Amino acid sequence: MAADILLDINNIEVVYNKTVQVLRGLSLSVGRGKIVTLLGSNGAGKSTTLKAVSNLLTLENGAVTAGTIRFDGNDISRLTPHALVRRGLFHVMEGRRIFEDLTVEENLTAATFALSGRGLKPTPFDLVYQYFPRLFERRNGRAGYLSGGEQQMLAIGRALIAQPSLILLDEPSLGLSPVLVEEIFTIIASINRDLGVSMLLVEQNAAVAFAVAHYGYIMETGKIVLDGPTERLVKDEDVREFYLGASGGEGTRSYRDIKHYKRRKRWLS
Amino acid sequence: MSDLLFFFEVTLAGLGSGALLSLTALAFVLIYKATRVINLAVGEMLMLGGYLFFAFAAGFGLPAWAAIPLAIAGGGLVGAVVERGLIRPMLGESPIAVFMVTIGLGSILVGLVELIWGTDPRALPAFMGNTPIFIGEAYVSRKIAIAFAVAAVVIAVFLVLFRYWRGGVALRATATDQAAAYSCGINVPGVFSLAWVIGCGTAAGAGVLLGSIGGISPAMGVFGLSALVVVIVGGLDSVAGALVGGLVIGLIEAWAGTYLGGEFKLVTTFGLLLVALMIRPYGLFGTTEIERL
Ligand SMILES: Nc1ncnc2c1ncn2[C@@H]1O[C@H](COP(=O)(O)OP(=O)(O)OP(=O)(O)O)[C@@H](O)[C@H]1O
Ligand SMILES: [Mg+2]
Repeated sequence: MAADILLDINNIEVVYNKTVQVLRGLSLSVGRGKIVTLLGSNGAGKSTTLKAVSNLLTLENGAVTAGTIRFDGNDISRLTPHALVRRGLFHVMEGRRIFEDLTVEENLTAATFALSGRGLKPTPFDLVYQYFPRLFERRNGRAGYLSGGEQQMLAIGRALIAQPSLILLDEPSLGLSPVLVEEIFTIIASINRDLGVSMLLVEQNAAVAFAVAHYGYIMETGKIVLDGPTERLVKDEDVREFYLGASGGEGTRSYRDIKHYKRRKRWLS
Repeated sequence: MSDLLFFFEVTLAGLGSGALLSLTALAFVLIYKATRVINLAVGEMLMLGGYLFFAFAAGFGLPAWAAIPLAIAGGGLVGAVVERGLIRPMLGESPIAVFMVTIGLGSILVGLVELIWGTDPRALPAFMGNTPIFIGEAYVSRKIAIAFAVAAVVIAVFLVLFRYWRGGVALRATATDQAAAYSCGINVPGVFSLAWVIGCGTAAGAGVLLGSIGGISPAMGVFGLSALVVVIVGGLDSVAGALVGGLVIGLIEAWAGTYLGGEFKLVTTFGLLLVALMIRPYGLFGTTEIERL
């Protein structure tokens, strides 16, 4: 296997409750230092794919019944979820899942367990506060009282504390205002650039995902149906129609193109 | 005046046993919070603690300062074995099944103790002294006063650890969201074990205190029932509820036992349970998620 592949998912099948098959031979890979996006409609199996990688699937009575998943060259099937985190694979789950009863700082403290046994220096919480200054102001407040956007920042902040080499990000734009989505994705792109962290980014919002990702996969009912570098995907007619909402000519399309182009420029410059 | 003094003395005694109830309730809450298991064997763990102390102090003739930690460690060890051997294999089974297993465990512990030490009540070797303590003019039994002080200190230490120790954060994180705790790199099964070890060790320690006040017998596990009432009233997952609830129930049992007669003690406790359940089914301090049993 090529040394520059960090995550390699090969032909996996996933079954819930020993009965419901959700993934049917899905393959994808994430290169070192890259942001790869995984798109698809509701219920396609995106979250399931991420849970299969982080091994959180077992908590929901799901299992990988065929295929292999390799992280950093090693098969992950026999590793517990916390052991995987301690090898540098961090899953930011759908719906943020911060610890609401804990303070912001305690949420970050919880993530320090990801450093156990790795011989790394503890991550200064200031790193998180540099990217998300708003969290610093709220650091002693209850995390449950944060706004949705701040909670998403905290969820990503926990990932930063864990010093991962790969972050699985499940719909970070969920329920956020467009301004906030833009802010968060700008930071996602800069985390990738500054720290060299690879990311597998699941999104419904294809436009923002394409703006930060290097490569994209599109899945439907449990399999990949299309993949390619982002530049190529954004030009693909089907992708434009179904995921970027450009429905055949007229003003809407060109308007979106311009907006999209602007965003892309701002984020990637 | 002397009526008032008597009432005051009864109240102090009630606070003393209330503190022990709080401590035992804390063992329940700790285990429930981390693992969502209602461990009905906490009362029997408490009894076992009393007997372990008896074995080390009277059997092997160890001094109290050695016998007490050994009894607590013994309780913690049993907790670890039970968690690994009985509870963890049942992960994902219905809560009722697990609940039943803990009831069975309680009976097994009673049976074992009866086999080894017989059914007769015994007195624990005295280690607290007998000189009474006076608060103003009010008399308090020295043992009850010591039990109160020890329970209060232990509870305070727990509160501090819960809040500021990194392991306390792991425990609360696991209690709030298991999957998210895993995703932060927390060793969730490790937290389960830790909660059982600390919970059962605490119960064993409470057993030593209780046993040195009133002696030990295989039936002393019924104290766990009052503690169960405390956690149901206070909220299964609420530390504050365990503390306040323990003191309240201790007081009410003392008052009812003195002014209405001993047979009213448990009746009042369970009456209170019914009322509390009707007003706030999830406990006075508990989260508003009703546990269906
Ligand atoms: N724990 C579970 N048990 C049984 N079926 C499940 C479970 N979790 C998900 N599924 C099913 O698997 C399918 C894929 O779910 P998944 O959450 O992976 O979709 P998704 O692509 O992330 O969708 P969304 O965009 O809505 O988040 C759905 O049909 C869903 O009903
Ligand atoms: Mg999803």
